[in-house]
Amino acid sequence: MSRAALLIDFGSTYTKLRAVDLDRRKLLGSGQGPSTVTTDITLGMNAALADLGRRLGGLPVFRHRLASSSAAGGLRMVAIGLVRELTLEAARWAALGAGARLVGTYANRLTAKDLARIVEIQPDIVLLAGGTDGGNSEVILHNAGMLGESALVCPLIYAGNRVVADEAHALLARKQAQVTENVMPELGELNIEPARAAIRSVFIERIVHAKGIDRAAAEFDAVLMPTPAAVMEGARLIADGCKGFAGLGDLVVIDPGGATTDVHSVASGAPATPGVIQRGLPEPRVKRTVEGDLGMRHNAAAIVEAAGATSVAADADLSEARLQALVGELSRNVESLPNGTEETRLDRALARAALRIAMRRHCGRVQTVYTANGPVAAQDGKDLSAAGTLIGTGGVIAHDADPQDLLSVALFDPAEPGSLRPKAPRILIDRSYILYACGLLSQVEPEAALELALGHLHSPREESSLERSL
Amino acid sequence: MTQKTIVTGVIGSDTHIVGNRILSMALEKAGYKLVSLGALTPAADFIRAAIETNADAILVSSLYGQGELDCRGFRDLCVEAGLENMLLYVGGNLVVGKHPWEQVEKIFLDMGFDRAAAPGTRVEAVLEWLAQDLGERERIGKPA
Repeated sequence: MSRAALLIDFGSTYTKLRAVDLDRRKLLGSGQGPSTVTTDITLGMNAALADLGRRLGGLPVFRHRLASSSAAGGLRMVAIGLVRELTLEAARWAALGAGARLVGTYANRLTAKDLARIVEIQPDIVLLAGGTDGGNSEVILHNAGMLGESALVCPLIYAGNRVVADEAHALLARKQAQVTENVMPELGELNIEPARAAIRSVFIERIVHAKGIDRAAAEFDAVLMPTPAAVMEGARLIADGCKGFAGLGDLVVIDPGGATTDVHSVASGAPATPGVIQRGLPEPRVKRTVEGDLGMRHNAAAIVEAAGATSVAADADLSEARLQALVGELSRNVESLPNGTEETRLDRALARAALRIAMRRHCGRVQTVYTANGPVAAQDGKDLSAAGTLIGTGGVIAHDADPQDLLSVALFDPAEPGSLRPKAPRILIDRSYILYACGLLSQVEPEAALELALGHLHSPREESSLERSL
Repeated sequence: MTQKTIVTGVIGSDTHIVGNRILSMALEKAGYKLVSLGALTPAADFIRAAIETNADAILVSSLYGQGELDCRGFRDLCVEAGLENMLLYVGGNLVVGKHPWEQVEKIFLDMGFDRAAAPGTRVEAVLEWLAQDLGERERIGKPA
């Protein structure tokens, strides 16, 4: 009998299961239950297992049972740095790369008011950065002192100026604090992996318990990471491959959700055009951005605000008054699915706006700078114009009748030549929501995870040609 | 004396990096900790780098004749960022056309730079200035 694995996502709305055949590298089936983390997580888990059992005609014995979680608000983090564009930016990248949701970012010295706000928002983890190694120490010591004296109860991770790490640790003696490597040891040098690893281990050791997820511990072996981190691990595996198996190379994943739109890129982002000068901080090769104002339900009104009501209304073929009325309903009823052609058109217009704006924000820009030697092209951020693959995931893409067309709005636009979005990637659709499962599985059986991913991501064009031939 | 940190870069839309790089290498060899920002550096980036690295001096190069425009308000930016006592040098081809050096120097000293280096200034001269100026700051105690 084939070996099987169970991949669990404790989400904010649903508990989702994917059962996978590790030898044939195929999805065996899916199960779903409600998210019951606020009451007793085992209820939703048992419902999802029962659902899966019904579909499979009984549950196999699982070799691995791995989980990710975005329940109970996800991994809510506060990042603190010195200069907003330098150590705070590096700290943000570390937190986002670990799958966190940033609920607060603070540059320079914390004030009493900042601190009161941090205590009030009750983050799951605070990441404290500031100063290069041997650089400014005064501000991070001030901030460590303030945090150390505060009523804050969550774990803290120190990832700032190494020279004063001991001193800062002492100031945080009454807290659950740990020290890791500086996110920016030298000016302009990013070092976010150690902080990412520290966040991951705090998540596994403490947050899973604090959020009550471990009540379902009998049903899984481990909760490995927050769900966005699992999607990111999936993206990394598909891009880079694993020992002996090549991946697809540079890629971008876009994931419009109910509350946010996530974009992941796995690519160096170096200028694709010769002669272009890169400015600013070097960006992480595996980069995640989260657009907190672009959510299909909770933030539908914010999408309209970001894209402009006139343009969304025109795209959905609705009057502006009708658009505002429908969007108001969506925000009040966040679990609704489109019902009728008007709502379907609206959903599609919202998705198009979210995809376009999220991709524009994730990708870099090139600008012409006029110098005494003539014009020079200067690039800020990552150049993803040559990315070979664009993967769309999330319900709105998976359920769309023409996802290729939907995703095309995220691509390079000749009207905005400075925005370095993918020009001609192969588009793949994650119809069966397999990316997170592959990310989890990559931690134990990367080869099986890779083959599973490649087998279950579909090119809409190939699908339609397949349908025609049938 | 602890190792001093110096931020260098070429300000504005100026791509002339060679002289700045030679200066940075010489300073590094002389025992300074260098934070080299390179060409095309906006004024604000010098300030941000100086804050994060707790720099002792900022050395600004300008070779393309727009120095007066690019450097205007540089000291104010430092004051704004809490670096009011930062040691600031500027050097290069600071203005277009032939002007007596004393005039050019005065423009930049009035802007708040501590020293302005005329074209052709030797690296040794800059090292001497730094030793003298940083030594003096050490003696009177660099305010926080």
